[in-house]
Amino acid sequence: MTEELDAGIVARQIAESGELGEPARNRHEVGAARRRKEDARLVTGRTRWTDNIQLPGMLYVAFLRSPMAHARVTRVDASPALHRPGVVAAFTGRDLAGEQGSLPCAWPVTEDIVVPAHPPMAVDEVRYAGEAVACVVATDRYRAYDALESIEIDYEPLPAVVDMNAALEDDAPRVHEEGNRAYVWKFGTGDIDAAFRDAPVVVERTFVQQRLIPTAMEPRAVVAQTDGDSFTLHSSTQVPHILRIMLATVTGIPEHKLRVIAPDVGGGFGSKLQVTAEEVLLLLLARRLGKPVKWTESRSEGNLTVHHGRDQIQRLSLAAEADGRLRGLRVDLLADMGAYLMLITPGIPILGAFMFNGIYKMDAYDFTCTGVFTTKMPTDAYRGAGRPEATFAIERLMDELAAELGLDPIEVRRRNWITRDEFPYTTVANMTYDSGDYEAATRKALALFGYDKLRAEQSERRDRRDPVQLGIGVSTYTEMCGLAPSRVLGSLSYGAGGWEYAAVRMLPTGKVEAVTGVSPHGQGHETAWSQIVADALGVPFEDVAVVHGDTAIAHKGMDTYGSRSLAVGGVALVRACDKVREKARHVAAHMLEASAEDIEFSEGTFRVRGTEAGTTIQEIALAVFGAHDLPDGVEASLDSDATFDPDDFSFPHGTHLCAVEVDTETGATSIRSYVAVDDIGKVINPLIVEGQVHGGIAQGIAQALFEEAVYDSEGNLLTTTMADYLLPSAADLPDFVTARTETPATGNPLGVKGVGEAGTIASTPAVVNAVVDALRPYGVRDVPMPCTPERVWRAIQGGAS
Amino acid sequence: MTRITVTVDGVAHEEEVEPRLLLVHLLRDRLGKIGTPVGCDTSNCGACTIMMDGRSVKSCSVLAVQADGSELLTVEGLADGPTWHPMQRAFHEEHALQCGYCTPGMIMAALDLLKDDPDPSDEAIRHGLEGNLCRCTGYSNIVKAVRRGARAMSDQEVTT
Ligand code: FES
Ligand code: FES
Repeated sequence: MTEELDAGIVARQIAESGELGEPARNRHEVGAARRRKEDARLVTGRTRWTDNIQLPGMLYVAFLRSPMAHARVTRVDASPALHRPGVVAAFTGRDLAGEQGSLPCAWPVTEDIVVPAHPPMAVDEVRYAGEAVACVVATDRYRAYDALESIEIDYEPLPAVVDMNAALEDDAPRVHEEGNRAYVWKFGTGDIDAAFRDAPVVVERTFVQQRLIPTAMEPRAVVAQTDGDSFTLHSSTQVPHILRIMLATVTGIPEHKLRVIAPDVGGGFGSKLQVTAEEVLLLLLARRLGKPVKWTESRSEGNLTVHHGRDQIQRLSLAAEADGRLRGLRVDLLADMGAYLMLITPGIPILGAFMFNGIYKMDAYDFTCTGVFTTKMPTDAYRGAGRPEATFAIERLMDELAAELGLDPIEVRRRNWITRDEFPYTTVANMTYDSGDYEAATRKALALFGYDKLRAEQSERRDRRDPVQLGIGVSTYTEMCGLAPSRVLGSLSYGAGGWEYAAVRMLPTGKVEAVTGVSPHGQGHETAWSQIVADALGVPFEDVAVVHGDTAIAHKGMDTYGSRSLAVGGVALVRACDKVREKARHVAAHMLEASAEDIEFSEGTFRVRGTEAGTTIQEIALAVFGAHDLPDGVEASLDSDATFDPDDFSFPHGTHLCAVEVDTETGATSIRSYVAVDDIGKVINPLIVEGQVHGGIAQGIAQALFEEAVYDSEGNLLTTTMADYLLPSAADLPDFVTARTETPATGNPLGVKGVGEAGTIASTPAVVNAVVDALRPYGVRDVPMPCTPERVWRAIQGGAS
Repeated sequence: MTRITVTVDGVAHEEEVEPRLLLVHLLRDRLGKIGTPVGCDTSNCGACTIMMDGRSVKSCSVLAVQADGSELLTVEGLADGPTWHPMQRAFHEEHALQCGYCTPGMIMAALDLLKDDPDPSDEAIRHGLEGNLCRCTGYSNIVKAVRRGARAMSDQEVTT
């Protein structure tokens, strides 16, 4: 307990010294801990969730889902459902086969990748438990579900394919005719054989990234409607813009006749970065029936059918010198695709390919990823998407290397990390890290954590064989954010660009509407974007409204994922503001009878250099609206837009330290203290940043200790409810001590790097390293995730034997 | 069909309901009280928490008929006109919400917790909110908000 207090005291001291620094609020909004604009509707219940929508004549959809992982559908008849009360229509996959198309995969990572057809509703064969096989449309949700039992369907079971290693054997049953190997993707630099030849130390490990269920608190919901000509789709999605393009392509509804709206969205974490079967099917139903239709998933339905995350087997070898300096790293991954390739399924592990080397220098790197089909729900983006898996691998390996060499894990890292004066640094994975200071973040984290004291306590407890052992886990992570430079995406065969769009509308009264192409679902963009605009245009924070998430009013964008909103979308917004100012400057020059070159802008006022004469941006907005006296050739509008495509990724980093107490008699782990020092570059709103870090850490801890999607050998999902799939509650988590260091990103004018995924990426290895560290005296070298009491206990028994 | 009367946020309703209708669906689908969301189907998440006759219930695990004759308070009934309840303000001030989906239930559960323990410790708050899941915040700020809300309420002598 003393250490926790110490950490608290240190945190306060740093805060008081101004080092933690909430930026002083002279006149700048950027850097201020503004309370969020979004909260007003959220704390009062005046929310706009998709399921809230009720339209006249609206019908409700329920799906019949396969109870089997793999089967041929030999007969299906939905017509008996039509006799049930309230039922308006019922359809099977065969009924829709001619119009439902195939769900898209936008990231065919290799030339010869197998991309199987993926009908939104199964027609002849089901390949995972939960796949939709029929649907009922009725006048209320209860009646729709009631009628599902009348649908007649016969299955001929086929063998389930659950285990990736077994799936790759020659005589394995096939998920698709083309076989179970979706692709093999390779990457490498340096002479990997030389790195391993005669290497004094080689650490070989196999780690399993268990399958996770993202579990946004708002279940998915879709409402589709048509006026007979055009269509509107409301969906609980992170990607309204991508969705519109993809739905137009799949359904044949012309893009200009399709409006997609993401209203309030209750979390996503990657799970709502998808083009789902239900979104396609609801549009088809609206088209067939001419009525508004709604579908809201139950949690159990969601656990089965919202794409899952992670699920990799990582075979790793790390070669090092006797002093711990790294020579090379070999990574051989099996990545479970599940039954189909969804929007970016195959690309997720590839996003990790450039991160396995972490913050460390080495001579050679070799990466192979094999995408494997199984009869399970497809995997796809989940917070971090490929990068948590990579970071886990290297950070666990660094601890293993330290143990092998009898070095402190911090010291091993210090001997290998890129030093502050080596930036910009091109890594062995060909990424150029623009800025960072790993020493500074680590120094601060060690101080906040009370590292030396905890180590002393640890050895004291080891000596007296305390049944409750203390473990200390380190994670010095980096990640690539700001997805993404379009040229890089192109070179990786991704189907779209990575730019972002923003527009600024100056209204006649001097108020501002900022349109953004990113699509928030809990992050707080309305607040942060208002801060950016307030500073850029010198208008009050309150005078800015942020418009997003509706393709009719924010028509263009690439949406929100991959910690890109600020690092890409925020920069587009700055550029749009620059253009507004530039237009206004010319009008100001005319109004002030000066030349535009002599006009200066500061805090909302344009002044003639060296004089007091000035006019405000609001006055200019009104003058432009009136347009009575504009300079020749100047249009009657200050409105501007901009598209920003980053030259490179950004690379947040940080040092997370976790202390756990492990009861060696029961296997129970409890987190005693957790310190996170993150360097995410410049900060727009420290309050929002801290919230992102907290939530991220919680999700990373959840992977380390609590969560796992479990399928049995028949391919049945056993964790369909929140009673079986354990999300941590408030009682399961500690308070987090968070702090920051700051090296601005050099690739964008805001100096920002992105923070949405940092906590999740960093925390999982920190926690597992701590658990393993506690158990080293028992001969334990690994505990598979989640490190449940049973697994910890078994590891102790196994290690000791 | 059964005829029931319920008062929701001060407004009396008389409704014909099927015996199986869940209270949360009565609120959302029939009475337009969409401020109370649904996050699960096994009574685990707490998103649907409201007050029924002064104590918190998960409205997804109560049948509408069981609420017959009850006084219900949802998150929509907390504010006094434009003036937020101190707990709503505390959640805002402490940044205790991100997507906000858990927030109505969290606030109602917090108010219930304070009925038994008006000045709870952090640990009491964490245990008291165990039945309410949040996927966004990691709970630290929720704990702070509940403490802040509790203080503000005792200053103002507000009980719900
Ligand atoms: S919706 Fe009621 S507890 Fe989850
Ligand atoms: S704020 Fe999103 S679930 Fe709690």
